[in-house]
Amino acid sequence: MIGLGHYLVVGAILFVMGVLGIFLNRKNIIIILMAIELILLAVNINLVAFSAFLGDIVGQVFAMFVLTVAAGEAAIGLAILVIYFRGRGTIAVDDVNRMKG
Amino acid sequence: MGARNRREPCRRCALPLSRSRFLQGSQDNVIQAFAFYLFATIVIASGALTIVSRNPVHSVLWLILAFFNAAGLMLLIGAEFIAMLLVIVYVGAVAVLFLFVVMMLDIDFAELRAGFTRYLPFGLLIAVVLLCEMIFAVGVWNFADIGPDTRMGTIDPDMPNIEAIGRALYDRYLLVFEGAGIVLLVAMVGAIVLTHRERGGVRPQNISKQIKRRPEDATRNTQPEVGKGVEL
Repeated sequence: MIGLGHYLVVGAILFVMGVLGIFLNRKNIIIILMAIELILLAVNINLVAFSAFLGDIVGQVFAMFVLTVAAGEAAIGLAILVIYFRGRGTIAVDDVNRMKG
Repeated sequence: MGARNRREPCRRCALPLSRSRFLQGSQDNVIQAFAFYLFATIVIASGALTIVSRNPVHSVLWLILAFFNAAGLMLLIGAEFIAMLLVIVYVGAVAVLFLFVVMMLDIDFAELRAGFTRYLPFGLLIAVVLLCEMIFAVGVWNFADIGPDTRMGTIDPDMPNIEAIGRALYDRYLLVFEGAGIVLLVAMVGAIVLTHRERGGVRPQNISKQIKRRPEDATRNTQPEVGKGVEL
C-alpha cells in the first residue's frame, strides 16, 4: 500500500531536480524559471500529501496559495525577461550587471 | 510492537472513506500502487527531461507532462480540487505563457547551452547531498512514527473535497485568500507596467481632452454682412 513516505520521496526527488536544473542552466533564464516551477510543484506535492495523510485540509488550502504565488512569479519573471531581451537582444543571465549592484 | 500495530490502521486509512471503500482488497491495492508508480515515474522522468532538453519548447512540453502527472498523483490521495487547479492554472495559463515567451523571443539557444557540462559535477554533488538529506529526513519521520499523533482530523469523510476546502478557505483563511487576490492583482499590474511601451508616430484618442472640450471653445457666433464672407 502506498504511504506518505512514497509521496515525500517523489516530492524530494522533484525538488532536487529543480535545484539541479538551476545549476545546469546557469545562462538560460527560461529554464531557470521552469526549474523554479518544478520546485514549487514539489512543495505542493508535499503539502497535499501531508494534508491527505494527516487528515487536515489546511495543507490543501496552502497548496492553493503556493499555486497563486507561483503563477504571479511566473508572470513577473517572464515580463522582466521580455524587457531584458528587448534591451540587450539576448537572455544570457550569467553576466547580468545592468544595475551595477 | 503492540502500540505500533494499534496505530498501523490509523496511518493507512489516509484515503477519505468514500473513496477508500473502492480501494478495499489486495487487487485494488495493486491497482492503486500501479497508478502511483506510473504517475511518479512519469513525473520524475519528465521533470528530468525539462531541465536537460536542448530545445526550450520541448522543455515546456515536458513541464506540462510533469504537471499533468502530478495532478494524477494528487487525485490518488483524494485532493481533487488541487489536482484540477494544477491542470487549469499550470497547464492552461503558466505553461502557455512560457510557450508564448519562448516562441516570441528570437533566441540563439545553442549559445546558452555553453557551460552545461562545466556545472554538471558541482550541480550533481549538491543535488545528491540534498536528496540524501531529504530521504534521510523522510526515513526518520517514518521511523519515529510521529504522524498519527499529530493528526488534526478536520477532514469529514462524507464531505466532498471542494466543500471542505471552501469551508476552510472562506472561514478561517478569508484574509489570506484576499491577500492572494491582491498578490495576483499586483502581479498583473506589474507585468503590464513592465512590458508596456509608448510608441511614437501614432495618434491615440485623448479621452480627457475630448471630455474637457466645451461648445464655447469649439464654436464661434458671427453675424457677417450680406455679400461678405466669414474670415476663419
